[in-house]
Amino acid sequence: MIPTPDISHLTAKDYDSIYEPAEDTFLLLDALEAEEQALKDSKPSICLEVGSGSGCVSTFLTKIVHPAVYICTDINPRACVATRSTGRQNKIELDVCNASFALPFRQRLKNSIDVIVFNPPYVPTSFEEAQFAQDNQHLEGAWAGGLDGMHVTNTFLSDVKDLLSDKGRFYLAALKQNNVSEIQTRMLEEHGLRSKVVLERRAGREYLYILCFQHSKAL
Amino acid sequence: MVRLITHNLLACHVKNCTVNNFPLEFKNVQLEIREAEFNPDFIRGFLPKLEWKALVDTARQLGDTSLPTEQPEMIDDEFLQNLHHVLLEIHVEEGSMICNNCKHEYPISSGIPNMLLAEHEIA
Repeated sequence: MIPTPDISHLTAKDYDSIYEPAEDTFLLLDALEAEEQALKDSKPSICLEVGSGSGCVSTFLTKIVHPAVYICTDINPRACVATRSTGRQNKIELDVCNASFALPFRQRLKNSIDVIVFNPPYVPTSFEEAQFAQDNQHLEGAWAGGLDGMHVTNTFLSDVKDLLSDKGRFYLAALKQNNVSEIQTRMLEEHGLRSKVVLERRAGREYLYILCFQHSKAL
Repeated sequence: MVRLITHNLLACHVKNCTVNNFPLEFKNVQLEIREAEFNPDFIRGFLPKLEWKALVDTARQLGDTSLPTEQPEMIDDEFLQNLHHVLLEIHVEEGSMICNNCKHEYPISSGIPNMLLAEHEIA
């Protein structure tokens, strides 16, 4: 049993501007724990979390994969501060970068990242709502996902193949309405990434999935 | 924090800025040294992922001259200790990183680099 990271230093005021760990976060932690042995066996050295928010997930990942570099990006500067402080609260260093997806790392980390984690804004909203939230680095950007909830996710999905190392694993949180089987088919056909459902769970009104993608040749 | 291990993985990503866009050059930096756990196997394993010249030049610019210009053939413990210190223990807390090609400036505040670009700069 891997302990849930200590986030007691974050206050209600922090959660006015950053996403508070919720059922989707905890499902992602459970999925990473379910993958513990496979993750350890693959001996990762570079990990990346896109949209690290509170830093809870990357902090948890450090308990499984160690030692490694843990790069965390978020477009919300307050989330970056929270990620960093959560790392330190738990006595680990997360390398935090206020950035969109993995853009400043794409050149140097081509096919080099061993673990990628993304809990995207997946809630279906209007396109404008999702775009506005991203452009303004607003809290809503942590969940507003556009018409099918895939507006932000799709932008990153087309980058994953080029970032993931040969043995790399990409974990993605998704909602039933995102059409999980369509995502899986598309990732295989367009990008050669095979996938499996690691965990699925109903949480209140949401039915959530955690998917894991790998290069086809790695399986 | 911008540690040199991260700095060695960052490149300017302004639209059409694709040559001489790495490494970013530090300017007006404030450093902090924070001890990190030494793991020789991790450091050795990370060597092939590094752009060596960029790392050595940057470390020297920040006042650390412990690394040789060329990667040594014999990797001993002292070398790994020095490399460990440069990669993981030097934190750039304040300052900025500048692209030598397009001159874009990425500010660093409270140890967090702002790598966001304006709409018209995004590739």
